[in-house]
Amino acid sequence: MKPPRAIAIRIAFLLLPIAISLAIGAALVIAVGRDPLEVVDALWKGAFKDSRKIGGVVNFWIPLTLVSIGLVVTFRAGLWNIGVEGQMMMGALFASWGAQYIPLGESLAPLLHLILIALAALGGMFWGAVVGLLKIRLGVNEIFGGVALNALVNVISIYLISGPWQPRIGGSAQGTEPFPPPALLPEFSTRFPTNIFMIALVFAAFFIVMFMLNATRWGLNLKAVGANTRSALLLGVATERTSLSAFLVCGALAGIAGSYRVLFTFDNLRPLASGGIGFLGLLVVLLLSIRLLWAPLVAFAFAAILTGSTRLQIALQLDSSLAGVLQGMLVLFVILFHGVQEVFFPQTLDGSDPSPSPSSTHQRGELPPPRESLPHRDGGDLEGV
Amino acid sequence: MNEEFLNTLGSIVGTATPLVIASLGETITERAGVVNLSLDGSLALAAVLGFAAAWTAQDAGVLDVPVQIALGIGVAMLVGALIALLVGFSSIKLRRDQVAVGFVLTLLAAELARFLGADFTRIPGPQITRFNIPLLEHAPILGPVFFQQNPLVYFSYLLMFGIWFWLFRTSGGLTLRAIGERPEAAYARGAAVQRLRYWYTFLGGALVGLAGAAYSLNVKPGWSSPPAMQGDGWIALAIVIFGGWHPFRVVLGAYLFAALRAVSSHIQTNGLFIFGQEINFPFVLLNALPWLLMIITLLIVSGGLTERLLQYMPRAVQHRLRAFLRSDPPKALGTRFDME
Repeated sequence: MKPPRAIAIRIAFLLLPIAISLAIGAALVIAVGRDPLEVVDALWKGAFKDSRKIGGVVNFWIPLTLVSIGLVVTFRAGLWNIGVEGQMMMGALFASWGAQYIPLGESLAPLLHLILIALAALGGMFWGAVVGLLKIRLGVNEIFGGVALNALVNVISIYLISGPWQPRIGGSAQGTEPFPPPALLPEFSTRFPTNIFMIALVFAAFFIVMFMLNATRWGLNLKAVGANTRSALLLGVATERTSLSAFLVCGALAGIAGSYRVLFTFDNLRPLASGGIGFLGLLVVLLLSIRLLWAPLVAFAFAAILTGSTRLQIALQLDSSLAGVLQGMLVLFVILFHGVQEVFFPQTLDGSDPSPSPSSTHQRGELPPPRESLPHRDGGDLEGV
Repeated sequence: MNEEFLNTLGSIVGTATPLVIASLGETITERAGVVNLSLDGSLALAAVLGFAAAWTAQDAGVLDVPVQIALGIGVAMLVGALIALLVGFSSIKLRRDQVAVGFVLTLLAAELARFLGADFTRIPGPQITRFNIPLLEHAPILGPVFFQQNPLVYFSYLLMFGIWFWLFRTSGGLTLRAIGERPEAAYARGAAVQRLRYWYTFLGGALVGLAGAAYSLNVKPGWSSPPAMQGDGWIALAIVIFGGWHPFRVVLGAYLFAALRAVSSHIQTNGLFIFGQEINFPFVLLNALPWLLMIITLLIVSGGLTERLLQYMPRAVQHRLRAFLRSDPPKALGTRFDME
């Protein structure tokens, strides 16, 4: 049994980051001359006022959860897939191509949707593979490769929108023409405007990846590569192939997320259609120290804040970036306070993994769990000194 | 030489200056073994808060223009330094991953800049003005390119030479390099590794903040959303790698990027003529050039490809070419140092 003091400290460390983020957020709101309670009210109403709003939250939740699941995979392999935003966008481009050029009518719409989603997955995998190969084969750090590829796909999309795919009337850089109706993913109902098939797909991806990570050799290999690439190689893990597979899986999920943005949210291709959701996914996964189990829940909270923030502008003439500020602060303080707890109150942490992480319950005998929750960087030889 | 051409070169040197200052700042931070990945966000936040401070002082009409500018610069440097200190503190004291904290701060600072800058969007404010250096401004070629600029540009020259001198000609610089390469050895020789890391992280961050002010008070005056310098933080980080953590090469890299940008924006406004023949293609694609350059330079300096190609070179040139093309990071970059 743990002494009650340790439990109290653990609970305090769970709540402190949230409390501090909210306090600083409130201070910021007061600093720009608004009432924090009105902000809370606007955020809440913007996200949960009626079933239409909740549908809007779900429409952010779907792509956000997909990329978060994918990012758990790359983080497990010790890879910083900042290129996830570009992989979403490339998926969106591939899906947009199919939506405009594959001539399947209304009667074959479900088939068309499957093709488009598969295309999007392919597009995301393609862009993920470029980051992966640059990293694995050519030694270009995946963070910089990812940032550059994010920018490149944005240039390509703007070129397509203002060039080959520009609307017949009034061509501008605003977006393509709306896609033909058979290509668009249907709404469940006008009162709950979201796509049920995609929700099912998110859960399927969640359970499949959960299984793959925790009950297959591939999942074990990923963890080994992430914990220590050199030892993994010595243990006989095909490290390069394992790393590349992580990029492919994440790219596929990000691509599908991107397709949802263009085939459902916008009904056409726009510049920056990915809307920062990939980066938000990175925050979700960092908040959870790369544990998959709670990703859908945290993604839902983040999606709610994001949806709610659209109301800030209308109701309070307050910039919607407040949502990003709150999310960023929350993740920052969670990371920092985890450090404070580890350094100053180590006795409140269990010897075993205190988290409900499924990864710590499987195959413990085969490989020691990574000492740290976050991936080790290249050249981190001093870590163990 | 053609006067117009010299003016173009001069404007490239001017617009490159924020990149120069930011990359030099990051260079000393990374030389000490700390990665401050937050540049893209810190630049924006420093820019907007520096501008807001200078504008507020101007609006109140209490201070002279140079003091308004100095206030703006001071605020921006403080912002940059504090963000960097947060990265240092989380790594040195709290044992967190520098990349994770830096990345979160990138996003957080960018969003904070957008939020706080909402009231300062597209309004004119005080600006740093040009100051020609007497005598030197009339020097042939060099004068119009380097000495008809604003004081921040001159500061960037001094900074480059100063950092070079400190790094390679003083014992303090030797210690700085040591704590980034072999912290345990430096510690054994009596260097206060952690304290020095804090100090150089702080100093580098302050320079990043100064670079932010160089945008909002000079190169891209004022504030807009999305910020004019979006993406430059990442480019500055890549320039540090391209520059091999050496101040001269870092500055060269920054000028190279600025030149490429100047060329591509010139073509986008004026069209492209080769031998009087107008060449037509979708000019929007030119925006991809800086990012392609980023990938290519990283490929050359840090990839295995160069190494393989070098094998085919005659032995005599191999060594020199390798020293010229490749760059290796400080060995303890991004790692923690535990004293026990």
